[in-house]
Amino acid sequence: MPRVHRTAVVAAAATVVALLGSACTGGSAGSAKDDVTQPVTITFWHGWSAPSETKAINANVAAFMAKNPSIKVKVVGNIDDDKINQALRAGGANAPDVVSSFTTDNVGKFCSSNVFTDLKPFLDKSGVDVEKTFPKPLLEYTQFEGKRCTLPLLNDAYGLYYNKLAFAAAGITAPPKTLSEFEADAVKLTRTKGESYSQLGFMPNFHGYESTFGHFAAQWGPSYFDAQGKSNAATDPAITAMLDWQKNLVAKLGGFAKLEKYRSTFGDEFGPKNPFHTGQVAMAIDGEWRNAMIAESVPNLDYGTAPFPVPDDQADTYGRGYLSGTIIGIASGSKKQNAALELTKYLTTDTDAVVSFANAIKNVPSTYDGLKSPKLDVTPQFKTFLDISANPDSNTTPATANGGAFQLTLQDVGYLNEAGKVADLRTALAKADQQIDKDIEKVK
Amino acid sequence: MTTRNAVPATSYTLQKRRRRDGLRTVAFLSPWLVGAGLFFGYPLAATVYFSFMKYDGFTPPTWNGLDNWTYVFTDYPFFWPAMRNTLWLVVVMVTARVVFGLGIGLLITKVKLGAGWFRTAFYLPYLAPPVAATLAFVFLLNPGTGPVNHLVGSVGLPQPGWFNDPAWSKPALTLLALWGVGDLMVIFMASLLDVPKEQYEAAELDHAGPWQRFRFITLPNISPIVLFAVVTGVIQTMQYYTQPLVAAKVASGVIGRPGQSFEPGYPEKSTLTLPHLVYNLGFQRFDTGSACVVALVLFGLAMAFTAVLMRRGSGFLSAEER
Repeated sequence: MPRVHRTAVVAAAATVVALLGSACTGGSAGSAKDDVTQPVTITFWHGWSAPSETKAINANVAAFMAKNPSIKVKVVGNIDDDKINQALRAGGANAPDVVSSFTTDNVGKFCSSNVFTDLKPFLDKSGVDVEKTFPKPLLEYTQFEGKRCTLPLLNDAYGLYYNKLAFAAAGITAPPKTLSEFEADAVKLTRTKGESYSQLGFMPNFHGYESTFGHFAAQWGPSYFDAQGKSNAATDPAITAMLDWQKNLVAKLGGFAKLEKYRSTFGDEFGPKNPFHTGQVAMAIDGEWRNAMIAESVPNLDYGTAPFPVPDDQADTYGRGYLSGTIIGIASGSKKQNAALELTKYLTTDTDAVVSFANAIKNVPSTYDGLKSPKLDVTPQFKTFLDISANPDSNTTPATANGGAFQLTLQDVGYLNEAGKVADLRTALAKADQQIDKDIEKVK
Repeated sequence: MTTRNAVPATSYTLQKRRRRDGLRTVAFLSPWLVGAGLFFGYPLAATVYFSFMKYDGFTPPTWNGLDNWTYVFTDYPFFWPAMRNTLWLVVVMVTARVVFGLGIGLLITKVKLGAGWFRTAFYLPYLAPPVAATLAFVFLLNPGTGPVNHLVGSVGLPQPGWFNDPAWSKPALTLLALWGVGDLMVIFMASLLDVPKEQYEAAELDHAGPWQRFRFITLPNISPIVLFAVVTGVIQTMQYYTQPLVAAKVASGVIGRPGQSFEPGYPEKSTLTLPHLVYNLGFQRFDTGSACVVALVLFGLAMAFTAVLMRRGSGFLSAEER
């Protein structure tokens, strides 16, 4: 091939590759000039798939359309974050205008990359005061570095479930409030059988379903990052105290290997054979949704709920817990952002909409008004989670630019620590801090 | 005049014919060229391009030189465990599958009674969907409730932790791969039946034993098939994703909810493979550039393995054809 041709071909190929590469980017800032009084159709993507859930969200959308006759909503369910990311990258006419996601892990990326539009100007224009509408932890997990690109759509709160019959048999009269009481109760409730257990007081191992690093750590009120945004697990007393407590509890209840073998006999977490349903564990940390699962699978189970105990030196914070939930935002590529906002606002702030949806899918309402609503179906067990959600000391894990990677890095330290494979916890946490900072810096 | 003019005319006709032949060849090749360009050439070029870019999948990519490469090889904590696991699986699992597939093929070609039943019985597991097969194995090998450990325990043998033990998780995956060896069994069986019978008869006349017949007749005749099985096995193992992912998630007990970050490689990163990293980096950590680096490492490894095997095994030629 002559030199000129070869050069031209290489240049053309490079141009094509560069153009195709840059074509993969999307996410322009929306104009928000659409008129909501004119007929418009918007697309709403959500992740719910169970018939009862989709029926509930469809009912809410139908109520919205009845109130806003000019806005028609096309609802698409059973969408996960991978599909959301793909659609937001590609944009185009079929991309969603309003998007909800079950995880709060990706809020940092959604906000920092501008794929979700900044809601503040819209909320200011609409007169929505988020501070007075949503509990503080929910406001934290729906923003990133001061940018509010999502709102909470219902809420998950984590607390203690306990088997009342097991408590009575062990002579325990009330749920524990401090971790020392909890530890004593867990030991008292544990019944060994040969090399295993006939009943375990509590499964402390980090693979014990909701017994995760983040859920336990919330009882100490960790910060995870310092004011400069650097990971501070090694210097935050909350993290080291939690890991020491967890390892100590593992040892007191029989040791890591024995507990792991017992854990392998557990049924599926979200199935009818969950170990709390079957009585294999007498206490468990879990979300409010467990109430609905118990009602469905083991309606005769005599159980109670309470906030998860707190460290003895923080007894005044009893009532707190870990919070998370579904989030909802508006695609910045949407050309119908005003209409999209109307739907988002309705689903997240209209008390009737929030309460009816919470009642239908047995989640905690995400607004102060929803938590107090007389229309909310409240059982004594469910009320615990409403209180945890409203508790000012409840907390969540912060959003970062690389999803939930920092949680997994810390969780890895937890796995090794509980198995006795960490010689010096502070050193391991310091190493984890460096890793977290490197990982975040990499994608900033 | 006539002679002097005839030379350029012939040359022109030849040139024209060559061009026409060339165009015809390209026309016949065009479906492949378009396919290879679209589905191999462009993705490969784009992967190389993005491996030098900072790109989160949303905002426009920016040049960051060798940062992604440095990060993956020196700072990304999952890379070397995944590399070790992938190489372990390539060496142990591929070898075990080829030996086992060949062994089953040899046995089945000898069986006279119920041959059809045995062929079906050994081939059927290969048709099981990978997720279902993995789930079944995780339950069978459950250290607490699985029938396998009950069985080995009842005869006084130690009960491994299988998918819950970092030392046993890869052997457990290898067992799963051996159970689904039906694909190799079929091709080995076909090649074994193709070995000329006269060669065995001649060897028997020379008093060659079973091992000598296998070593000097069977193996040289089926060597291209063995090489094919090894090369495709290596490439498949480089792309090993579903089974270790499902096994890790189910055995860990942490299924998680849609979109939730999950721990890859349970237990203790022992089932982490390189394809997991492509997903972890590209879709969970929003680091497309580093994901592309891992994809290129995989590509390079697959090419290197294939080249070495092809050179050492003299390609896909049998002893007779060499």
